[in-house]
Amino acid sequence: MSHVLHDIEKQIVKLLQSTPNLTEEQLSQKATLSMDQIRRGVEWLRQKKLADVTDTTNISYSLGKNGLDSLKNGLPERRLVTLVQDGPKTFDEIRSSLHGLDFNAAIANAKKNDWINIEKTDTGSKISLKQNPIGNSTWNTFPNTIDFIGEKKVSAEEAERLHYTGTINSLIERPDFIIKHEEKTKTVSLSETGKHIDLEKLDSGAIDVEADVPHVHAARIHPLKDTINEIRDTFVHLGFTEITGNLSQSSFWNFDALFTPQDHPARELQDTFYLKDLNAKQLATPTQIKNVSNAHKKGWRYYWDIQEAKKMVLRTHTTCVTIKHLADKKPDEARIFSLGRVFRNEKLSFKHLAEFNQVEGVVVGKHITLRDLMGIQKEFYRKIGLTKVKFWPTFFPYTEPSLQSMVYNEKLGKWIELFGMGIFRPEVTKPLGITKPVLAWGGGIERIAMLKFGLDDVREFYNNNLSWLRTATKCQ
Amino acid sequence: MPVVELSLSRLQKLIGKNTNKKQILDSLPFLGLDIESLGRNIVRVEYSPNRPDYSTDFGIALGLQGILGVSKGMLRLNIRKKGNYEIKVDSSTSKIRPFVTGIIARNGSLDDEAVKQIINMQEDLHFGLGRKRKKSSIGIHDLDRISFPLKYTTTSRDHRFVPLNSTKESSISEILQDSEVGRDYGSILGQSTKVPIIIDAKGQTISFPPIINASLTTVTTKTKNILVEVTGIDKQSAEDMLSVVVMILQGAGFQFSQMKVSGSKNSTPSFATRTIAFDADPVNKILGLSISGSMLVSCLKKCRLDAVMKGKKIQCTIPRYRFDIFGGMDIVEEVALGYGIDNLKPAWPASVHIGEKNATSEKLDSISRLMTGFGFMETLNYTLTSQRILHEMTNRDSSQIISVTSSKSQEHTILRDSILPGLLENLSKNIHETYPQKFFESGIAFSKGSPIKETTSLACVTASEETNFSEMKAVLQSLLRIGFNIKCETKTLSKHTLFSQGRVAEIVANKKTVGYIGELDSKVLENFRIRTKVVGFEIKLSGLIFD
Repeated sequence: MSHVLHDIEKQIVKLLQSTPNLTEEQLSQKATLSMDQIRRGVEWLRQKKLADVTDTTNISYSLGKNGLDSLKNGLPERRLVTLVQDGPKTFDEIRSSLHGLDFNAAIANAKKNDWINIEKTDTGSKISLKQNPIGNSTWNTFPNTIDFIGEKKVSAEEAERLHYTGTINSLIERPDFIIKHEEKTKTVSLSETGKHIDLEKLDSGAIDVEADVPHVHAARIHPLKDTINEIRDTFVHLGFTEITGNLSQSSFWNFDALFTPQDHPARELQDTFYLKDLNAKQLATPTQIKNVSNAHKKGWRYYWDIQEAKKMVLRTHTTCVTIKHLADKKPDEARIFSLGRVFRNEKLSFKHLAEFNQVEGVVVGKHITLRDLMGIQKEFYRKIGLTKVKFWPTFFPYTEPSLQSMVYNEKLGKWIELFGMGIFRPEVTKPLGITKPVLAWGGGIERIAMLKFGLDDVREFYNNNLSWLRTATKCQ
Repeated sequence: MPVVELSLSRLQKLIGKNTNKKQILDSLPFLGLDIESLGRNIVRVEYSPNRPDYSTDFGIALGLQGILGVSKGMLRLNIRKKGNYEIKVDSSTSKIRPFVTGIIARNGSLDDEAVKQIINMQEDLHFGLGRKRKKSSIGIHDLDRISFPLKYTTTSRDHRFVPLNSTKESSISEILQDSEVGRDYGSILGQSTKVPIIIDAKGQTISFPPIINASLTTVTTKTKNILVEVTGIDKQSAEDMLSVVVMILQGAGFQFSQMKVSGSKNSTPSFATRTIAFDADPVNKILGLSISGSMLVSCLKKCRLDAVMKGKKIQCTIPRYRFDIFGGMDIVEEVALGYGIDNLKPAWPASVHIGEKNATSEKLDSISRLMTGFGFMETLNYTLTSQRILHEMTNRDSSQIISVTSSKSQEHTILRDSILPGLLENLSKNIHETYPQKFFESGIAFSKGSPIKETTSLACVTASEETNFSEMKAVLQSLLRIGFNIKCETKTLSKHTLFSQGRVAEIVANKKTVGYIGELDSKVLENFRIRTKVVGFEIKLSGLIFD
């Protein structure tokens, strides 16, 4: 098997072929490469099974504050012995040369070694020498260890080799005397294959074509926009022509023209966004206003207030655009659609937005039937990849009959309610002079996009989270 | 949409003829009832507000009997005219709540579940049809506690009685102030010193509409005989509401006696049916069917209407409670439901239509493609956004804001007049992602003007340490040149709140200022917690590349 090695890898292999075990730090020093480069190189070699990494912990010792003090001034218990060598001394006399903690340590350790006696007398406790330890074999044991460590850091192996381990373990129990250091290092060695790589023979022109590479991010159209565009294209393919209209609308076109009575709950502030202090100046033609007003009076029996109709709202559906187009153009035959943002005064949640996209298609024709509308809708779903479709009756205020389509979602394994459809009520069409049947269908687009992108929180579309925008699969 | 909770075993009993649960569940959607949740025996369904008769299982059972073929045609209503049940209306009510109507329902019995269903019905009727009790509201009473004739009149706010669910007397003012229903619905009565009241022959208070009944006439599972009264500001809708209650009590097994209503433009309700005559042809035409007259009759009967053929015409009789039926198209829907929506087969209309995209959509598509070609990621932001993003963070002028009333969310209160601040918010949300970051968005921005102007604009930003003014200007000029063969210049601008002084320019095309370009001001960036350099522009497309 031939190997393709990066320059970093080659340097590491070369070093390890001459010195079998090296830590990452040692490699970094010898190769004059950064630790980061060494780590990367070692990881590549490890993945190629050319190198092995073993984690080792190195223990070493150095003197702490009290240890260094003893190195300079001698161990406290030894200083105590020197003090009482000439005869017993009181605590106070000793305290004048051995202060604070040194005093306590001196008494405790000298007692432990059985070097001193403590006698209680009328003038206070006195310390006298029990036996003169100076010159005993134990007298120099600890000072030797302290000198051995000195001001350096000594490794555990060295301490073991020179037989200092026992004394170090005793001294380590004294506070702040000896510090134990534990350092984890990675030792790198070559595997059998690694040992036998002939660096000279490696093909210098080859590159590692199998190596992992970083991600690059494409600039792209927003995923929701992809779905919107797909739906727009599908409508166009089905022979529909796009119409557009404003997002801000008079209540007249958003509600009144659609036979929604002025006291209908949908018109309340808690469902619809009204624009503060803004009223429409040009509402509709005088005939349109008169006829719509009469339809309301006849159908709903109440005083229809033109001021109410003038209030500006953010459109709650695209139907206001459709109905105005039909009222102005009065086509005998037409396939039109309207797509865009609509608004509802909703608290945002995983399934509700205050602003979202809706599409609505309309077919006008003398001979058009409800079954035709079902057929067009089925074809629409087929084009966007939804093949299992069924219809249920439902209610919409301005269509009769009204149906809703249910689409089977394979991923979720259940039927999902999608677009609604129906025939515009005569109470809507007649006052506006529309004489041919108008069949309409449509609904929210985010719902379809959620199915496509497998999202369960609709807010994600408007979070503009780069990590999602960069990675969401384009063709769903 | 309102929701009603149904017990499947109770529905089975109400429907009869050994109907099984699966049949029921399969049929519910074909009455227009959406199954919201399903337990072992309990199913919750959403019904349409135009079918208040589906607010209880009694009404739904009637509908299911029809489409399952267990029982068809209209339910006949018998109302005994005998009896001394009467309510007299005082003209003082005309200023505050002019109409009352009612019925006597006898010899029935209500178990716990029936009481629950009727309470649900009452709440739904109050909310929808009754427009939160303003237009009309119902009171249901134990008949045996009441002495006739009743009087519907007005009284002062210090009138006292024991209200429902209470044991002590309260004054009207106290009820309006202290009880939940009083606070919720008291506003219907406004500041009027006189409020509506129903009093019986002994002078006992029966009800204080539309707020609360008296405790005296509380209905329990022991109640056998009932008085239903409906008061309201519109006679017809009060009678509409009563007709639904009557239909449901009929389902619960009650018998009815008339309650005479008289005085001050009030009259006794008639519960009269209506008839609509129509030709079979137009119905077939709109549905795309060719079914016979007798088949049409059968479809209508399945929807619990009556129908007969009279020569070429079909005469359909509609019970009083189906006031959702306005005319011919409603009959078409009934036929479709009776025929079975799942029996309607989708067809494909033979006609030639050439579809077209709107020119604006086409051009915006082109811009999106070019911008992604320049390496910019498209973002989508709300057009209804917040003071925080548009003004507080950016120090922009807020004197011309267009706001909405009563928004449920603080982040959605005003319409954007510029797109760029939204892109800064996008950068702000992505500070932990790798740089450079490049965003663009095209969409509507709003401004005031007879009464409101909607302009399509494009904004874009680049955030990175290396970016600069020239880079952004190059994108701007290339976009307009490649996309639309438009030349644009950038003219020194002394000051702009979004941009750094000395690094901002006006975009001029066709001798008109169409936007701004520059390096974003460091204070603004700090507000958005952006720690890198940002350059950007915003340009009005309306008036430049389309109308």
